[in-house]
Amino acid sequence: MSAFSAVRIPFPAVVAARSAGEKPSSHFLCSPAAAPGIHSSPLRSPRLGHPPLAVSSDVLSSQKPLGSNSSPSYQAVISRDEALELYEDMVLGRFFEDMCAQMYYRGKMFGFVHLYNGQEAVSTGFIKLLETRDSVVSTYRDHVHALSKGVPARAVMAELFGKATGCCRGQGGSMHMFSEPHNLLGGFAFIGEGIPVATGAAFSSKYRYEVLKQAKPDGLDVTVAFFGDGTCNNGQFFECLNMAQLWKLPIVFVVENNLWAIGMSHVRATSDPEIWKKGPAFGMPGVHVDGMDVLKVREVAMEAIARARNGEGPTVVECETYRFRGHSLADPDELRNADEKSHYAARDPIVGLKKYVLEKNLASESELKATEKKIDDIIEEAVEFADSSPLPPRSQLLENVFADPKGFGIGPDGKYRCEDPKFTEGTAQV
Amino acid sequence: MLGVARRKLGFGLLSTTRVLPAGSVLPKKYSTAAKEITVREALNSALDEEMSADPKVFLMGEEVGEYQGAYKISKGLLEKYGPDRVLDTPITEAGFTGIGVGAAYYGLRPVVEFMTFNFSMQAIDHIINSAAKSNYMSAGQISVPIVFRGPNGAAAGVGAQHSQCYAAWYAHVPGLKVLSPYSSEDARGLLKAAIRDPDPVVFLENELLYGESFPVSAEVLDSSFCLPIGKAKIEREGKHVTITAFSKMVGYALQAAEILSKEGISAEVINLRSIRPLDRATINASVRKTNRLVTVEEGFPQHGVGAEICMSVMEESFEYLDAPVERIAGADVPMPYAANLERMAVPQVDDIVRAAKRACYRSVPMAAAA
Repeated sequence: MSAFSAVRIPFPAVVAARSAGEKPSSHFLCSPAAAPGIHSSPLRSPRLGHPPLAVSSDVLSSQKPLGSNSSPSYQAVISRDEALELYEDMVLGRFFEDMCAQMYYRGKMFGFVHLYNGQEAVSTGFIKLLETRDSVVSTYRDHVHALSKGVPARAVMAELFGKATGCCRGQGGSMHMFSEPHNLLGGFAFIGEGIPVATGAAFSSKYRYEVLKQAKPDGLDVTVAFFGDGTCNNGQFFECLNMAQLWKLPIVFVVENNLWAIGMSHVRATSDPEIWKKGPAFGMPGVHVDGMDVLKVREVAMEAIARARNGEGPTVVECETYRFRGHSLADPDELRNADEKSHYAARDPIVGLKKYVLEKNLASESELKATEKKIDDIIEEAVEFADSSPLPPRSQLLENVFADPKGFGIGPDGKYRCEDPKFTEGTAQV
Repeated sequence: MLGVARRKLGFGLLSTTRVLPAGSVLPKKYSTAAKEITVREALNSALDEEMSADPKVFLMGEEVGEYQGAYKISKGLLEKYGPDRVLDTPITEAGFTGIGVGAAYYGLRPVVEFMTFNFSMQAIDHIINSAAKSNYMSAGQISVPIVFRGPNGAAAGVGAQHSQCYAAWYAHVPGLKVLSPYSSEDARGLLKAAIRDPDPVVFLENELLYGESFPVSAEVLDSSFCLPIGKAKIEREGKHVTITAFSKMVGYALQAAEILSKEGISAEVINLRSIRPLDRATINASVRKTNRLVTVEEGFPQHGVGAEICMSVMEESFEYLDAPVERIAGADVPMPYAANLERMAVPQVDDIVRAAKRACYRSVPMAAAA
């Protein structure tokens, strides 16, 4: 362990600048607008002159540098049905991941398996506000995003088991969940790789409307890109913040800041640990929110998604959260200290929501228990389904390499076939 | 800076009247007599026609719009299709390539231009991990109809980082199709095929060929013209030795064949056109006829295109070979800057002639071998 790892750099005293009331002076940001775009086009709307928002939820106004125990004070009131939906989704994510750990240790799944425990408020807070037509782009920690987006638990579990009934027929695996009907675009295993792809999905949303003139009855299709604090030091993050704002794309960049990139503490890796500030730097709003509180996440998400849908452009949302397990199931998790872990364990987002629901009499204890029982059954069923599902047949090996036709196939002689597979029939005979 | 502003203003005036897509930039009426067009015109017209035919096709990259393309391949397209479909990007290969891939996930048909393929190294993660593998990983749910194109291979005097052939690199990857045109016919037919193809295609052009003219038939000029992917073309028939080549090296191989013919050696020249899928059938049929093979490529020798062709012939036509296969490739060094060294680092016509003679067991004078 290097000497530096023990040092925790305190946050600079900029807490005041985060309050919603104050907006940073940003005269320099307006200068490009002085030379208006020569080609005015919907995809290249000239930079607006208004100063970018730099807001933050007030959770961090306490003295604690990374987190807060301040009691929530919600502006938006949620209904009983909404509360139960959020609770069910978060419990689904938690129970599913717990089951994954069991199955992994029993050898039912393999490779790298990254669990989401502790971060459920982020996935649920955002994705439950999305429609089917909206897209989600995730990372290697993608099971719960898939579940929140509506991919059935049995399909995700079967994928993890490497079975033909998985959402990608066993060809994707833990880090590569895709589901075309749910507009879940993966599952990217490299740091930063998903961000440009998500930005491209948002680009296509705008292109379909502006160029192909497809109708957008209720606003643009929105893309939500999830990634971690470690990714925010990668160049692709900055490249895409720039282009997303330049072209006013309907995207929300959701940073799941769980404070650790594997074993690298966020404050040890990043010159300015406040990631939300990167938004205003590119001319878009940057928001910080308590990622352990689903209702706060939801409130911020609502606004960011609405901005994207209305064509007002992207938002960076930094959700301060914590993973309750190691980076992956192969991570011994020796670098995070016990005090930090117990601090966040005490702020379990599911316990927090439960407390709120009971305090506000939105549902009874027995109703929440019933929800948990329901999820237990779903997970049990998913495991049984996955376990009893067939392995992918040998014939599947060479399928799906290309969209057309379904792969090269094996020749009649049983050998790998690589002759002209008639991908594109031309008009000219050679 | 002022120059840039002036240039922008100039285009701004032009663009106030947006020209609607209206067919090809090529002359509509052409005689049946062979006409010549440059590779640049061929690529430009192919892009133009495909953009005109399908509004889902758009072009993005550095300097493709207002600058009209670093090599003027996209000349006139901004004016015709507007900035929504001809996108000037910042200098951010990883970012804009990934954006292209993401747009293709949704069925758009992006054409991503790399100013040179050397810069694709900054974006190779997206070409391989995000584009080539997605159809497989998603079990066919997410296809990626995208074209990555730009000049590839050795240019002149630009040193090691700007002079490299990426054919073998990309041809190594399942899920990619890799095309490399030589003539204007190739450029037009293959680029149109690439854009219409439902899978990611790496399209390797050559800077030094852009300005070269080739005769083209009326059929090639027709807007419906398209070449099949995965099919090689026999550029010149012969019976004593087969020479395979792609891109600029096809021209060298043809020159070598001409020299060889004067010495009584009839060489068959195969223009591969498609590096992946590789037209093994055509190569093997030719080798079974001539019983001798010389492979030519500009790239590095180890694990190269020639190595793959050699293996294919070993597997399928070993008993037909009358001589060891000869491989001509670039020297196994980063491209030197000095002109004399640079010339030695890439295959020359003489190298091909010499190798073909060796394959035919003709004596090669020491002077020629030096």
